[in-house]
Amino acid sequence: MSTVSGWGQYPRLQAHLRKPQSPEALCALAQNGGPTIARGNGRAYGDSAINSRCTIDMRALNRMLQFCPDSGQLVAEAGVLLGDIIAAFLPRGWFPYVTPGTKFVTLGGAVAADVHGKNHHKEGGFGAYVDWLDLVDHSGQILRCSRSENPQLFQHTLGGMGLTGVIYRVALRLRPVSSGWIVQKRQVARDIGQAIALFEQAQDATYSVAWIDCLQRGAAMGRSLVMLGEHATPADLPPKARATPFAPPKRRQLHMPITPPSWVLNRATVRAFNALYYWQGARGPGHSLVDWDSYFYPLDAILGWNKIYGRRGFAQFQCVIPLAQAEAGLRALLAAISAAGAGSFLAVLKRLGAQDSPLSFPMAGYTLALDFPVTAKTLALMQQLDAITHHYGGRIYLAKDSRISRDMFHQTEPRAAPFARYRQASGAAGAWASAQSERLGL
Amino acid sequence: MSKSAVLILGAGSDMARALAHKYASAGHDIQLAARQVQRLAADQADIALRHGVAVSLHEFDALDLGTHPGFVQGLPSLPGIAICAVGLMGQQGESQTDMQKAALVMRSNFEGPACILALLANAFEQRGHGILVGIASVAGLRGRASNYVYGASKAGFVAFLSGLRNRLARGPVHVVTVLPGFVNTKMTEGMALPRRLLAQPADVADAVFRATQKRRDVIYVKPIWRLIMAIICALPERVFKKTSL
Repeated sequence: MSTVSGWGQYPRLQAHLRKPQSPEALCALAQNGGPTIARGNGRAYGDSAINSRCTIDMRALNRMLQFCPDSGQLVAEAGVLLGDIIAAFLPRGWFPYVTPGTKFVTLGGAVAADVHGKNHHKEGGFGAYVDWLDLVDHSGQILRCSRSENPQLFQHTLGGMGLTGVIYRVALRLRPVSSGWIVQKRQVARDIGQAIALFEQAQDATYSVAWIDCLQRGAAMGRSLVMLGEHATPADLPPKARATPFAPPKRRQLHMPITPPSWVLNRATVRAFNALYYWQGARGPGHSLVDWDSYFYPLDAILGWNKIYGRRGFAQFQCVIPLAQAEAGLRALLAAISAAGAGSFLAVLKRLGAQDSPLSFPMAGYTLALDFPVTAKTLALMQQLDAITHHYGGRIYLAKDSRISRDMFHQTEPRAAPFARYRQASGAAGAWASAQSERLGL
Repeated sequence: MSKSAVLILGAGSDMARALAHKYASAGHDIQLAARQVQRLAADQADIALRHGVAVSLHEFDALDLGTHPGFVQGLPSLPGIAICAVGLMGQQGESQTDMQKAALVMRSNFEGPACILALLANAFEQRGHGILVGIASVAGLRGRASNYVYGASKAGFVAFLSGLRNRLARGPVHVVTVLPGFVNTKMTEGMALPRRLLAQPADVADAVFRATQKRRDVIYVKPIWRLIMAIICALPERVFKKTSL
């Protein structure tokens, strides 16, 4: 048994980890009867990828198998990291269409959580760029799934949190890019209404995201820095950089050396950090050229940043509120957060586009994500935020969740029951389960 | 000028895979040699795709000495660097009672690796350049009760590499002896190993890469092992024989 946890280091559970070295070994594990779950690089925040009886560590199956330069289609095993794909293919002019906020996720994990990026409003989620995948089912068979082959299984696997089988191989389409740089435009929003207005005006921008100061109340509630981005062409680059548009950015990699005591993170330090970030951002230049690594993965530069919340770990709350209710819903959420005085260093606001999936997170509306150190107080606050989310017709993101109650989950998620029925009917229910799916009754 | 190819013997191991990626990332073409080498087709594709180099597969059985000359002849080009990562740990308990199994461990760690490197050494010498790398083990520096059959065979290999290096020292061919301590691989999975002494396969690959660049003679992967082994080797036999290391 080993102690296993997600990125939030909460909860920590005992689990038997198995690490298959070949597809044959993986298929054998799939048939050994009784529930198991696949695990990638452990970047889901909570208990999505832990099963105490058997957790399958997919990281040894991490080979890239085929690339077609005409279509940009890469075929790779599910344990390949997004960062490995970028390292291999950005120098040749390719980048993932969709990337979450860390490059340390596996391909299989990205498919299972159907992750989204800063371009969801315009280009959809990760699953939209999966041409096909090979899934190991409970009988140990490898099934090819795509929009035309086993389409139902395919759709339930995108965003299905690993509960339909083990994703073994993925055919992912990459995006042609002409540089490794992003032209960033930064706008200041004085309150939440203005932030939403800026997002709505920026529907054509490829990337958009806002950092939001979640501790402000009253007139400044929801003050934000809205950041838009486009892939730079060589013409956008300074003359010196034009000859090597894919040159790797020079970045220092920092390690979080220790776990600080939890009092380091308190209302005053978080408020000071947020104010500093806002004013520095509000004063700086509106346009800038940012390398891909700093733009998409600012936190990856600090390895082990999850330790900042102390030994008790942290939970991320991420919900989406449908468009029509977005401003009212966000105001209610922010009011609850600032009233509790439990802001986080990084609160992120983002417009999502419409998506019709069996269990994927996104819907047309606004998503708010913030981290809280795990305490009785913040757990109670997050329950309150769950209720507000439900009241405004929103839902929460399973890849971030570690603590929502089964009742509240089913209230926010009318798709849960049909998904669970699909698992029962297909025989997947007995074979695949995570601590999360057992907690939530999926 | 393109870089010379690197031949990896015993290419199925985690260490070998890390070595292949390391040299490929520096622009070397890679020749992977192993038994049932077709099982490495996915690795072949992976290395070629990630690093944009040519990767070829070659059937090779270290224990089938008669096939070695044909194997060397059959390579697309005589490699610039040949790395032998062939080895078999076996189980000490079995090696004490079942002499067939003991012999297999001895042949896999010593006879096979020494014979193929001897052939390659002659070919390199004739050509006028080349580097030979033997992955031995710290276990080969002093026999211990817990794994002396493995250790003895690695000791034979260490002595062989040392002698080969001595023979070739006045010429252009270089020999590197690698003495990894504990490495986190399939071979050591499930063994309770002290973390501070445990190297990752990629650490071994980095160390070997540096050693071939700098033409080092004998390397340990984690420097602490040099100290540990100096102490272990310095213990008088009458003390050592009572230890359980």
